[in-house]
Amino acid sequence: MNKFNKALNYVGLFLSIFTTMRFLRHIGRYMIMLYGVFKRPTKAIVLKELILKEIDDLIIGSLGITAFISLFIGAVVALQTSLNLDNPLIPKSLIGFATRQSIILEFAPTFISVIMAGKVGSYITSSIGSMRVTEQIDALEVMGINPLNYLVFPKIIALLFYPFLIAIIMFVGILGGYLAAVYGNLVSSEEFIVGLQDSFIAYHIAYAFIKTMIFGIILATVPSYHGYYMEGGALEVGKASTTSFVWTCVSIIIANYILTQLLLS
Amino acid sequence: MIQVNDLRKSFGDEEILKGITATFEKGKTNMIIGASGSGKSVFLKNMLGLFVPDSGEIIYNGEPLNEMEIERKSDLRKEMGMLFQHSALFDSLTVEENVMFPLRMFTKMRLKERQEKANEILERVNLVGLNKKMPSEISGGQQKRVALARAVVNNPRFLFCDEPNSGLDPKTATVIDNLIQEITHEREITTVIISHDMNSVMEIGETIVFLKDGKLAWKGTNQEIFKTDNETVTDFVYSSNLFKKVRIAQNKGL
Repeated sequence: MNKFNKALNYVGLFLSIFTTMRFLRHIGRYMIMLYGVFKRPTKAIVLKELILKEIDDLIIGSLGITAFISLFIGAVVALQTSLNLDNPLIPKSLIGFATRQSIILEFAPTFISVIMAGKVGSYITSSIGSMRVTEQIDALEVMGINPLNYLVFPKIIALLFYPFLIAIIMFVGILGGYLAAVYGNLVSSEEFIVGLQDSFIAYHIAYAFIKTMIFGIILATVPSYHGYYMEGGALEVGKASTTSFVWTCVSIIIANYILTQLLLS
Repeated sequence: MIQVNDLRKSFGDEEILKGITATFEKGKTNMIIGASGSGKSVFLKNMLGLFVPDSGEIIYNGEPLNEMEIERKSDLRKEMGMLFQHSALFDSLTVEENVMFPLRMFTKMRLKERQEKANEILERVNLVGLNKKMPSEISGGQQKRVALARAVVNNPRFLFCDEPNSGLDPKTATVIDNLIQEITHEREITTVIISHDMNSVMEIGETIVFLKDGKLAWKGTNQEIFKTDNETVTDFVYSSNLFKKVRIAQNKGL
């Protein structure tokens, strides 16, 4: 039994070393990719057009669905807070306060980023992955164009505008909360607005935008990495999209924790 | 001219290229032939710099590729045109934008000039009126012709074609072959074509390199390939029924 345990320990040790090595390999290759993105830049006028196109695809194109989700989540937050307010000593304005805090601090930057990992992240991985499969990336390389700069750099710049989307999402989310609370007769308009303005800390907005900016970079680079280095055919493009979604979410959640510790503790 | 000296490349334990030496001449259609898995595509990708060889040299007009700085390599690639096996047209661009792409990236031409040049070359490859179509809206043969137009629009000094007529009907294949040869002669380009289509070899193979299991098995011209006694080559050449019948007829003196 003792020998069996010892063997099991060795297997466990081997597996953890193997997993760590694989993880480190990915981190190293990701860093090399980031370095490659800023080397041998594409012609400025072409880059400008690519950036505008990416802003349209990644930011403007996501506005509808994220605003829709945000409107209803804001409404649900207001509804939930109201339904859990049993104590008559707690003012009704808390509904506005809770809606504001949850939307600004977590829902808009983090929850929407996870949704974006599904929408934008999968799109980035599959589009770059398809280009890899169909030799379009090779074609760029043969022409003397840096494919990383051509494909990934515009996405990074476009997603630096991500805080603008999140600002709209914050507004729409709070609006959703307001509509549900006021038109659902849970609280008066005045009380909701009092709650909304209560103990407002402007730094929380800055905190949310700093987080959003970092999440934007994760949203642009992690899916690009999975698309750019994928191997195989059409089936692997699908697999890469799924893996990319998982790792983008994991990166966002971990970054969220670290940033919250750094910025709010 | 491109000179390849003792080129070797392995993937893991498997050695794909086992010391190939060959010369590809300027103004000629140089063909690399061989069965599937003989190392043709790996050889081409090494020449293009998409793979780094384990050892050996690839010399472009006297300049070894492995000694070039990244910037020089990048400049050299601007002088290359490549026709990929599956065309590799950019999905998000129209036919015209695909053809104009190298001009847009590497010249200071205005849009109108670029369009004129693209139209001129599209006319040359018999593709008129498809400018605004997306690659997914045109046939495989048309895609190949667009890819050829894109490869030659910026007057490259080196043209590489990876199985330019695979999956095409014989008529379109001949059109593509003839176009490649015409452009090669006209512009004095060093053209390297990978193929296992013996019709193409017969039509346009001015110099031929035959690969087998990652080694150079034979080299010569399209005149010589049908006369050689090299068994490896004859096995390959006369594997098609048509060529078998031609050989029988030749032997009978018909």
